[in-house]
Amino acid sequence: MVNLLHDKPIDARLTMQIKTTIEDHRIAKLAALAIALHMLEAVVPSPLPGVKPGIANIVTLYVLFKHGFACAAWVSILRVFASSLLLGQFLSPTFILSLAGALLSLGVLWLSMHLPKKHFGTVSLSILAAFAHIAGQLIIVRLWLIPHASVAYLVPIVAMAALFFGLINGIIAHKLLYNEISITDTSLRGSHH
Amino acid sequence: MQTLRSICMFKLPHYIKTRIKSKTHVMRAGDWCVLTAGIVLVAVLFQQLWSHDGATRVQIRLGDTIYGTYSLNQQRDIHVEGAIGSATVSIMNGKARFSKSPCHNQYCVHQGWLSRSGQAALCLPNQLSLELIGETKNYDSLNY
Repeated sequence: MVNLLHDKPIDARLTMQIKTTIEDHRIAKLAALAIALHMLEAVVPSPLPGVKPGIANIVTLYVLFKHGFACAAWVSILRVFASSLLLGQFLSPTFILSLAGALLSLGVLWLSMHLPKKHFGTVSLSILAAFAHIAGQLIIVRLWLIPHASVAYLVPIVAMAALFFGLINGIIAHKLLYNEISITDTSLRGSHH
Repeated sequence: MQTLRSICMFKLPHYIKTRIKSKTHVMRAGDWCVLTAGIVLVAVLFQQLWSHDGATRVQIRLGDTIYGTYSLNQQRDIHVEGAIGSATVSIMNGKARFSKSPCHNQYCVHQGWLSRSGQAALCLPNQLSLELIGETKNYDSLNY
């Protein structure tokens, strides 16, 4: 670093650097993983428009259980913004839908993480978050994109998909958490059982 | 967490060990409840939003007024004087359709037979519309 500020105390010279904590690095790493999964999903064609497995939400769930709500919220929101930028959808309807779904499911996750852990595991949270996700999206679709009652015909299909993929994602998140396979390590360790 | 658990495994008697292990089951009691509630919700949504009840009556509208409501349980041709000419609405076997219309594009005629509650056929040039009505009125998208 070029020392231009001789007369200033040492702290002032260092303010040009953004101080990053281990927490920041962890968020960045996990958000990158979520973005990668989001990208992967964007490439894979879906049989029905709008019905997606939402595999990036596995990361959100994993982070929620492992590192708490704040970290999960960061990862989720960063994922929505970064992937929309990468896909060229920033501020487009797709992005708004994605953001609405992410925000509402984060809200529901925040509420449901207070459920007794003994009885409610990742599967519960995953299913509830998936329903919240589609609820957020359908509200936007109904109010803004297609302001017509015919949207109601989509609801059962989308809800069924949410239930199915919510269950699958919840099970995967559980496997990742409790079989101690670290998703940030490059070397996958096998389970200890 | 892993170390904590392994310490517990060593020190605690067997029945507690199995209890700790069972806490990490994929599906816990609450999960089953949430899953069941989800299945019920989806079933109710399908039943409520995809119910295509058979219709019992057809309502014909002319402009902004209701021209008449007729039972579908009859065989009948109804001649209606619309904005640009005379149209014919046919009722047969619990179904209804526009069978003749003076309009240019004939969209209303090509829509064919309507049989389910909530279905509608519109003829904009002639300002006529058909809407099928069931026992209980469905979500009304025409009046939205």
